[in-house]
Amino acid sequence: MIWSQLPQFFVSGLTSGSIYALIALGFGIIHNATGIVNFAQGEFVMLGAMTMISLTQVVGLPLLVAFPLAVLAVMAVGWLMEIGPIRRARSNNILILVMITVGASITMRETAMHIWGKTPRTLPPFSGEEPLVLGNAAILPQTLWILGITLLVVILLGFFFNRTMVGKAMRAVAENRRGAALIGIGVYRMTLLSFVLSGGIGAVAGIIVTPITTMSYSAGVMLALKGFAAAILGGYGSMKGAVLGGLLLGAMESFGAGFVSSAYKDAFAFLILLLVLFIRPAGLFGKEEIKRV
Amino acid sequence: MTKTRKKWIFFLGLAVVVALLPLVVKGGYYLLVLNIIAINGLVVLGLNLLIGFAGQISLGHAAFFGMGAYFSAIFTAMYNTPPWATLLVVMVFTALVAFLLGIPTLRLEGHYLVMATLGFNIILYILMVQMEYWTGGPSGFAGIPPLHLGSFPLQGDIHYYWLLWSILLAVFFLSLNLVDSRVGRALRAIHENELVANALGVNTELYKVIIFAISAAYASLAGSLYAHYLSFISPKTFDIFYSIEIVTMVVVGGIGNLWGGLLGAAVLTALPEVLHAMRDYALLLYGVILMGVLVFFPEGLLPGLVKLWSEWRAKKALVSE
Repeated sequence: MIWSQLPQFFVSGLTSGSIYALIALGFGIIHNATGIVNFAQGEFVMLGAMTMISLTQVVGLPLLVAFPLAVLAVMAVGWLMEIGPIRRARSNNILILVMITVGASITMRETAMHIWGKTPRTLPPFSGEEPLVLGNAAILPQTLWILGITLLVVILLGFFFNRTMVGKAMRAVAENRRGAALIGIGVYRMTLLSFVLSGGIGAVAGIIVTPITTMSYSAGVMLALKGFAAAILGGYGSMKGAVLGGLLLGAMESFGAGFVSSAYKDAFAFLILLLVLFIRPAGLFGKEEIKRV
Repeated sequence: MTKTRKKWIFFLGLAVVVALLPLVVKGGYYLLVLNIIAINGLVVLGLNLLIGFAGQISLGHAAFFGMGAYFSAIFTAMYNTPPWATLLVVMVFTALVAFLLGIPTLRLEGHYLVMATLGFNIILYILMVQMEYWTGGPSGFAGIPPLHLGSFPLQGDIHYYWLLWSILLAVFFLSLNLVDSRVGRALRAIHENELVANALGVNTELYKVIIFAISAAYASLAGSLYAHYLSFISPKTFDIFYSIEIVTMVVVGGIGNLWGGLLGAAVLTALPEVLHAMRDYALLLYGVILMGVLVFFPEGLLPGLVKLWSEWRAKKALVSE
């Protein structure tokens, strides 16, 4: 009976939803600071996972050391991307900057293909493979890691944006770039920080999801699409929206696959997304943008 | 020389080049590349009108391209409908779908059209892969009948060269006129300042939706021609990567510059073929070149080159004085 599988669908929806939420947060942070949709967000995720795989399996570092190092490495990639092509661009047209991130995403993807090859790779689960059975649902330990780490990232980000001076400065830039510059906030530094931060969050998402799904050089594209969809679903630029949008998209996908057909899983998720856009275009938690004269 | 006269002289020049090119270019492979440039050029032309004048990006033009290709294929191959009539009906239908998609999304600022078109593209791609009875699934749809002119069947690359480039030139001519018409002026006004345009009585929302529908119709036309030309289509051609590629061609060529768009289509269609010798590194170079062009020529390749040329001429004039 399909109803008895409901808890299982819920668990798997929550798992992929957490990952989408993290990617959506990455999109939101860069968008708030710059107005750019960063097409390389998925590549941050992929690079995080691939670096982690190299650090643990080739260099032989223990998990606890390799995890932060891999995150730092992708933060450095975000840093390079901002001080390189984004800052050097002789234009402040958002469309041009967005297309530059498309170029960056192709470049990163192809570089990754040359470094790590075309075959998908995987990481061992952080702790064991014995699933916990809870009622009708079997929960892998890795799922708990994913949920826990996502929750931790969300709490830390909340603390950063609401309680620290730098975080508040970033929010000020998002609210009004010129006004922020006028009161002495280094707008360019905040832009740089947003790329570094997004790189880090992307890397975390990639590292924690790889033991379940495996990772290949081209996996970033679909992950970015889902994260982007989650961000729109929740309301683009809203942090709360990103998290809830991610979880909702994951759940929709999982239930769609279970009740409708797994072949149409992605179509189902995007169809609901289109409906949401038509009915409530600002997303579920976004502010309706009012054009002022 | 007036601006319009200059424009028509350039257009005539392009037509002459197109007419003379087959004398120089021999061999099926080069003609194939030229024909694909014409097909991409058609899609780029439409998208350029949208991006350049409505200021909105569509990441779903591969879907409209695919609708043209698959509907033409299904109706002409499975139900023996006349190809040209089918092509026209499909064009109108695709424009209608775009119109409906555009109404709720185009009145909003921001990334909503991007997302709506992206989602639409993904859904259509999945349908192409899954509805095997109609589309042939992932292995594609073969045996699409060729086009006829009267009773004369079009066969081989050279026939299609003449057909595709004639159609591209005709649509290009129409688009150049469109830009200078009342509609074009309204669209340019929207691009300059939407608020002012609105205040002056331009129905900005309606114009944006119309231009979106027209651009989708161009893509559908290109798709139908593509299907009849190659007689085989598969879903991979119509995934979101093609949508991104087309946007790239517009941006690299020069947003809102129809001539630049044509150049962008030619350069970026030919580039992977040229880079093919680099084998595995072709795509990597493509990415780096794309970034380089956008960083150093953000206004687009053609306007950028024109600027360099006029700067050089000014410098030369200064020296000779």
